[in-house]
Amino acid sequence: MDVGFSLRSEAVGAMRTAMVSAENLQLTLKPELSQEEQALTHSNRSPKETHKVGNEDLKEMLESNKESLKLEAMKRVVGLIAKGKNASELFPAVVKNVANKNIELKKLVYVYLVRYAEEQQDLALLSISTFQRALKDPNQFIRASALRVLSSIRVPIIVPIMMLAIKESAADMSPYVRKTSAHAIQKLYSLDPDQKEQLIEVIEKLLKDKSTLVAGSVVMAFEEVCPDRIDLIHKNYRKLCNLLVDVEEWGQVVIISMLTRYARTQFISPWKEGAMFDENNEKAFYDSDSEEKKDQMEAKTYIMDPDHRLLLRNTKPLLQSRNTAVVMSVAQLYWHLAPKHEVTIVTKSLVRLLRSHREVQYIVLQNIATMSIQRKGMFEPFMKSFYVRSTDSTHIKTLKLEILTNLANEANISTILREFQTYVKSQDKAFAAATIQAIGRCATNISEVTDTCLNGLVLLLSNRDETVVAESVVVIKKLLQTQPTQHSEIIKHMAKLFDNITVPMARASILWLMGEYCERVPKIAPDVLRKMAKTFTAEEDIVKLQIVNLAAKLYLTNSKQTKLLTQYILNLGKYDQNYDIRDRTRFIRQLIVPSEKSGALNKYARRILLAPKPAPVLESAFKDRDRYQLGTLSHSLNTKASGYQELSDWPAVAPDQSVRNVEVIEPVKEWAPLVGKAKQRKSDEKFYSDEEEEKEEEGSDSSGSEDSSSSSSSSESGSESEEESSEESEKTSSDSGKSSSGSEQESSSESESQQKKKKKTKKAPQKKSKPAAADSDSDENGNGPVAPASSSSADSSSASETDSEDDSDSDSPAVQKKKSDVKSKPKVEVKSKKEVSLLDLDDFSPAPTTKAPKSAVLSSSLLSDLEGLSLSNVSPAIQVTTPSFGPVKTYELLHHMTGKGLSAKYHFPRQPCLYQPSMVAVQVVLTNSSDHSLEEIHIGDRNPASLNLHCFNTIERLEPEASVTVSMGIDFSDSTQAANFQLCTKDDQFSVSIQPAVGELFMPITMTEQDFSKEQGKLLGMNETSETIAMATANTSSQAISKQVLSVANVGVVSSTQNNIHRFAGRTVSSGALVLVSLEMKESSSALLTINTEKSVMASMLLRDLKQALAQA
Amino acid sequence: MIHSLFLVNASGDIFLEKHWKSVVSRSVCDYFFEAQERATEPENVPPVIPTPHHYLISVLRHRIYFVAVIQSEVPPLFVIEFLHRVVDTFQDYFGVCTEAAIKDNVVVVYELLEEMLDNGFPLATESNILKELIKPPTILRTMVNTITGSTNVGEQLPTGQLSVVPWRRTGVKYTNNEAYFDVVEEIDAIIDKSGSTITAEIQGVIDACVKLTGMPDLTLSFMNPRLLDDVSFHPCVRFKRWEAERILSFIPPDGNFRLLSYHVSSQNLVAIPVYVKHNISFREGSSQGRFDLTLGPKQTMGKAVESVLVSSQLPRGVLNANLNPSQGTYTFDPVTKMLTWDVGKINPQKLPSLKGTMSLQAGASKPDENPTINIQLKIQQMAISGLKVNRLDMYGEKYKPFKGIKYMTKAGKFQVRT
Repeated sequence: MDVGFSLRSEAVGAMRTAMVSAENLQLTLKPELSQEEQALTHSNRSPKETHKVGNEDLKEMLESNKESLKLEAMKRVVGLIAKGKNASELFPAVVKNVANKNIELKKLVYVYLVRYAEEQQDLALLSISTFQRALKDPNQFIRASALRVLSSIRVPIIVPIMMLAIKESAADMSPYVRKTSAHAIQKLYSLDPDQKEQLIEVIEKLLKDKSTLVAGSVVMAFEEVCPDRIDLIHKNYRKLCNLLVDVEEWGQVVIISMLTRYARTQFISPWKEGAMFDENNEKAFYDSDSEEKKDQMEAKTYIMDPDHRLLLRNTKPLLQSRNTAVVMSVAQLYWHLAPKHEVTIVTKSLVRLLRSHREVQYIVLQNIATMSIQRKGMFEPFMKSFYVRSTDSTHIKTLKLEILTNLANEANISTILREFQTYVKSQDKAFAAATIQAIGRCATNISEVTDTCLNGLVLLLSNRDETVVAESVVVIKKLLQTQPTQHSEIIKHMAKLFDNITVPMARASILWLMGEYCERVPKIAPDVLRKMAKTFTAEEDIVKLQIVNLAAKLYLTNSKQTKLLTQYILNLGKYDQNYDIRDRTRFIRQLIVPSEKSGALNKYARRILLAPKPAPVLESAFKDRDRYQLGTLSHSLNTKASGYQELSDWPAVAPDQSVRNVEVIEPVKEWAPLVGKAKQRKSDEKFYSDEEEEKEEEGSDSSGSEDSSSSSSSSESGSESEEESSEESEKTSSDSGKSSSGSEQESSSESESQQKKKKKTKKAPQKKSKPAAADSDSDENGNGPVAPASSSSADSSSASETDSEDDSDSDSPAVQKKKSDVKSKPKVEVKSKKEVSLLDLDDFSPAPTTKAPKSAVLSSSLLSDLEGLSLSNVSPAIQVTTPSFGPVKTYELLHHMTGKGLSAKYHFPRQPCLYQPSMVAVQVVLTNSSDHSLEEIHIGDRNPASLNLHCFNTIERLEPEASVTVSMGIDFSDSTQAANFQLCTKDDQFSVSIQPAVGELFMPITMTEQDFSKEQGKLLGMNETSETIAMATANTSSQAISKQVLSVANVGVVSSTQNNIHRFAGRTVSSGALVLVSLEMKESSSALLTINTEKSVMASMLLRDLKQALAQA
Repeated sequence: MIHSLFLVNASGDIFLEKHWKSVVSRSVCDYFFEAQERATEPENVPPVIPTPHHYLISVLRHRIYFVAVIQSEVPPLFVIEFLHRVVDTFQDYFGVCTEAAIKDNVVVVYELLEEMLDNGFPLATESNILKELIKPPTILRTMVNTITGSTNVGEQLPTGQLSVVPWRRTGVKYTNNEAYFDVVEEIDAIIDKSGSTITAEIQGVIDACVKLTGMPDLTLSFMNPRLLDDVSFHPCVRFKRWEAERILSFIPPDGNFRLLSYHVSSQNLVAIPVYVKHNISFREGSSQGRFDLTLGPKQTMGKAVESVLVSSQLPRGVLNANLNPSQGTYTFDPVTKMLTWDVGKINPQKLPSLKGTMSLQAGASKPDENPTINIQLKIQQMAISGLKVNRLDMYGEKYKPFKGIKYMTKAGKFQVRT
């Protein structure tokens, strides 16, 4: 330092050296410099210094207290970044503002941080705590941005923090934050691949997410981190398929390409030889009946996995997307996955994309080119869309040409060639040359036009443009090779033109032709060789090689004339600059000129050089592109891009499809707990093993699915509800319904799959269960031969029906009608004989009880599945629903003592009667307890005679100890008057009577609380019956109440917002009058029971029954 | 997915760069410049260029190349579509998408790009959502911001992001509720030398400008929906409803958007609105060529053909053209050899013509091909396919909106070979 001071008076030159040598020195010196000196030093410094001064200025601004100055400074900093200038030295000043309140400033700081954190890792750490705090912010947007920036800071030291943040955010309430966390997964993975395992866990969790917002991002993360973990997709496959339409467009692209890969590993090929395909499957989306039936028909040939079909069906509407990438990805999905005849539906959409930007056209045309090689028919009707316009850019033109060539066939070749004629004249010579090649290809592919093309090409030889001529020569050469015999004229013509052709490739081609067919033009060939010998040294390498070849060939065929010429040329070649030519010359010389050294090979020279050569195959440049998945970067470049995932071949045998089944989660509807309970209680005392019970269920359900009408109705309702749901979801955007819908959704898809399983295990279980249940009513599940399409099928149909209805506020009248046809399951009660009923319950009630929840599950799941994420609580109108269930009570119709061995029991299955909507379904179990077989069991006279009764078909023979269940329908006309009729066998007649409990004369409906109140308001006064009743203490919970009420009457639960009021709604079966039951809990285990209905007699009876039921524990 | 983005102007300068992952040196663009040099025309630069470590996918719009840097396999259309969406957004925000506009608004551009992509994956591309996040710059707003210190950047998550109608923001209010729909059809045609149609098809779009309060639910029905052969929708359109009833039912985005684009089925004969009589000839050996062009209306259904513009790329050998238009003006660019004739309205009584001579380069041989003539035109108040909107209804809101439908026919890629 002292030195500096002493230097002050000394020469400026010395001073400068000191400055340069020591930075410190310079700094200390600076204030002391004179004006003159300053000027000097300034000029001496580099422009970098001035730049620094500029940043100095920014630094000051950033450190000022004024927000506007800071913002201004940050804007300039961002400007620097955008220009690619280095602004890293401002890092400390910028990072201080990370916690600033001003959101724009903060955003800009984020931009800066993300850009420079990697370079300034230590300083970047200062900002981390701010983000950690922001991750807890109540504003979801702030949380998401914090995570975004935190994960974008590529500083390895914060990996654990990032990991924690990702895990937390993956469980965030807000789907937007969860989406951000999916993005963060990829960032963390690229920063530290060792985190893979933990990240996969997060991905697995997020894959289960129901939000359409998350779906695309998490699949993207999946593709980046663990594309091979296909097992993670199984459970989410159906959900992804169903959500697809509602996912944002970019996510759709990613999901579709992932699902394409997935499907190729999981399903068997739909392209098998001899497999029959369902032509109407596309239609089936809208009309499932045909699909269902057809599928059954084709069961023996090839059945597409329903999941496979689901994917195809759900992606199809996306062909209408405005996003070209989505359309392309659907097109490739169809190309790689759909049965061959279905692929054609993508054609139109692809052609539509050709209207889009140049770059889009380029990619789409590439893909069409690949497709059109394999499937001409697909694009042939759209041939004119590929006509070239003069304004197209060159690569578009070439691609269109490629496609036109691929599409050429006998029928359209004349049109195409006429079009090509225009192109040949194009000013764009590269394009004209490509056209000539294309003509060549057409000529080889379609033998009819070969001559025409050849003549046309020969005409082109006199074209002024040399590229055109050259290309023609090359193509003619190739064509001649295919049929050389007739064309010596053309060769002569070309020889004449030879002097005027300068393009090396063309010259080489002509020379090769001369040599190859020298025997056909014996006079001209040696002359050409003579000319070439003169110009040999001036020719291009490729031409020289051909001259050597020509010389050798002529030497072999016509050595008298050409020996000297050949030797001359070989000598020239020997000293050529190009080693290829020297090498060739040496080889030829050894081969053709006999000498002592050359051995056996010499003899074969002629056969080697003049061997007949196979004609070249003129192939499309896109021939081999199909090894890459369409639409990919690799396909576009025709080389494997890094990170390209190979599309696997179809498996020979389909992997287990049950892996895609999702576990059932009990639906969270009001009655759900009830079900669970009942089931549990039963299972404790079960008579049959669990397994057997399960099988019984299967049997019963399978009969349902066997029946085509019922299953079709269910699938129909599926699509319906989907439609509705999408609309619904558009209308309601609340998150509220999400959680509940979530669980329902899973259960739904589960139940679907269960149904499928059941289909498979048809029949067998039914047989099994029959003998086992000989003495009891257990046969109830398997439908007797008399009524093939009874309970279960009706059940499933009604269930699905109601499902779809559930969502729609107002549906088409037709469906509504259908709905009302489908009535609820009546249920039978045992009033006396408690022990017996218990036993009975064990034996057969599992079926109805378990069945009912299942169908409900199916329905809710179906709709929620389809609805996607944003399901909100939908308000259904008044609709007939699935019957609620309770223990089914069995009544005795005929005791075996009075029936001379024939005993009959009946119960109300609480299912809508198939025969007539106004009838109540009754199931009768007939058992032969005698030791001889009974014949011709049928129904005889009835009393009153007007009784509207649907009889079961006569049972021809009932073996001893055997039993059979039959269904009948009785129209009770909304009265509890007994239906009397005679049960006859061949020999005897027994008068029997069925008296229904009033509760069985209803069918349940669902309605909203508002609708309920509204309807109740209309049924006041005379139509209202109410009484205060005493409640058993055990019956105070809402579950217990519903259970009791449902056991008495076949009504539906109306969801209620008030805890102390329980509401139930039903309709009478015959007249359809509304029956509204409300129970208002009062103090000290009493309650006000109100029944509103026009049918006051029924009301009082129902009131009595309910009172009794609720009073007992 | 998208690693970085470079914006390159016509003269080959990178004027903006943005990185979403680690910084990629701008030297990667050298490969692009190489390809640019090799291509004779700006359009001929291949959209996908492989380099040793990266892939460059570029689009060219408004004479700016948007070059995206990709590191691994990704559907190229994904990137291309996104880049076009970026350009559309810029245009939406700044009115034009030029180098100057981008440079002037570099901060907004950066903010936009930051929101549109996260880690290279598109995050928000819907214009309605973006506008809630980052308000478009206007002079008024800039002034207010400087005075009050408020910002252009939204603090809340855009309402659309989470809703099932992400394209529409909530809380829209207008004093005048209006909904305008423009049915615009374009005729793509190639007419051959003799005047017969080689190929002709009609592509149409319905552009909408909807300024309606609240959450209106609109339905638009056509008199003759069967005409529409292939359609693509804005995401707001309910596909099922269309499939079942051929009715467009949708909750519209706020502001301008493209509701529908369609293709008229090729079975229908396309009416060609104009005919061209031409006589363009070059004589061997002479340095003169004759140019004679007359336009006339053909099938216009009584409507006037307006804004007619004829352009033609003359052969390279043409030095100059000395022509005489009966109406309108013409220009000839001796460098690009582009002849443009702005005709204006076609008067059926007095057909417009352009006659005269072309001087050819001395000694140059006669050009092989006659030039192709491109025609642009407009016909107001008519959709050439005959498509008609039947009615437009609004549900969900109480007020009565003002509705308007406009039809227009344009020439798309309309070429006459001579």
